[in-house]
Amino acid sequence: MTAGVVPALTARVRAAVHPAADRCGCGTDTTVLADRPDGTVVRHADTVAKAHAPGTDTDELAARMAVAAHPALNGVLLPPLGESAVDLHGRLVTFWPYGTPVDPDTPEAAPWEDAATLLARLHRTPEAVLPPGLPPMRGPAKAARAVARLRAAGPHPAAAPVLRAWSVLPAWARGEASMPHRPTLCHGDLHLGQLVRAPAGEWLLIDIDDLGWGEPAWDLARPAAWFACGLLPPDEWTRFLVAYQKADGPAVPADADPWPALDIPARALSVQTAALAIAKAAEAGRPLDEVEQAVIDACDRMAAHPPELSPGPSK
Amino acid sequence: MQCPKCRAPMHTYNRNGVQIEQCSGCRGIFLDYGELESLTRMESQWQQPAPPPPAAPQAYPSAPAPAWGAPHGGHGGHGGHYGHKRHKSFGHMLFSS
Repeated sequence: MTAGVVPALTARVRAAVHPAADRCGCGTDTTVLADRPDGTVVRHADTVAKAHAPGTDTDELAARMAVAAHPALNGVLLPPLGESAVDLHGRLVTFWPYGTPVDPDTPEAAPWEDAATLLARLHRTPEAVLPPGLPPMRGPAKAARAVARLRAAGPHPAAAPVLRAWSVLPAWARGEASMPHRPTLCHGDLHLGQLVRAPAGEWLLIDIDDLGWGEPAWDLARPAAWFACGLLPPDEWTRFLVAYQKADGPAVPADADPWPALDIPARALSVQTAALAIAKAAEAGRPLDEVEQAVIDACDRMAAHPPELSPGPSK
Repeated sequence: MQCPKCRAPMHTYNRNGVQIEQCSGCRGIFLDYGELESLTRMESQWQQPAPPPPAAPQAYPSAPAPAWGAPHGGHGGHGGHYGHKRHKSFGHMLFSS
């Protein structure tokens, strides 16, 4: 039960900060940074403890931790404190240094270039760095989970265009068939909450729960979808895309239309976003707002433009 | 209104009843929804029966966008949901899984 993990996690993070003392001597409070079904995160002083989602696979998390701790990812991924997860009443817990997140109140100051450059470096990670047990990135699985949540929320007038857009995506993008194997390291769930500033001042990627090999265009697909839906201004999208291309990111061509590569993932992320928006609105008994409606409208327009089936992924 | 590309002020011109915003800096042109069609229609009326039909004038130069993208290919105007003030709901969306 999610609510139950906070006190134990708080005790654990305090003990991690003050290993020799039986009491916290630093006088700082422990703050809950996140408490959701997919993870609970608490901070004490400069240390953060994360209780991963119930049912998280031990070996998969260990492989993802090994990537984050690998020197080749130095300056790209926030490295963990300690090499492995510990068990806390059946939940896997990992420890991390605290980093300052992007200020949610000033998204216009978002470090788009830094995010793009970090992704390009992540995607260029040499294959030899990837541990043998590294699973595929979980982007398509998360999209599928959002659609399942939409279906579980019951009938909603806005659901039809979203489910229609979902149904024409290739099976790999719906998490129903394995992705074509590609030895490219991907984050799997990039958004602005996945960047923190390290004490030295540089931006780093956090949250390895969805990390794995796969289709790197997926990591560009959220900003791409926001732009396509008319939400992210073109100049911010262009800053992000050009920075990625300048950093030799392999997901899109350096000097040609990126959309053949972005189309399927951006559709999937639009569907995922719309599905969660409808499910949350239905659960809260509130109407959809203008921004949510813009994403649903984009899903609706997809019906007139079926996806081009790119080579590789089979339907 | 400010040019979404170079931030210079945009000036409104009326051309045959169609309002066009042109940037005083980069000279880029901004068209509201439907205005491109109005211009094309008027132009073809003026030129008939001159073959071949002229290519539709390029709207404001913008980043490539997918066919299912928001009207105006993702650039500003009544079709977009951004502007001087970013929508709170989108601010939230930027940070959520």
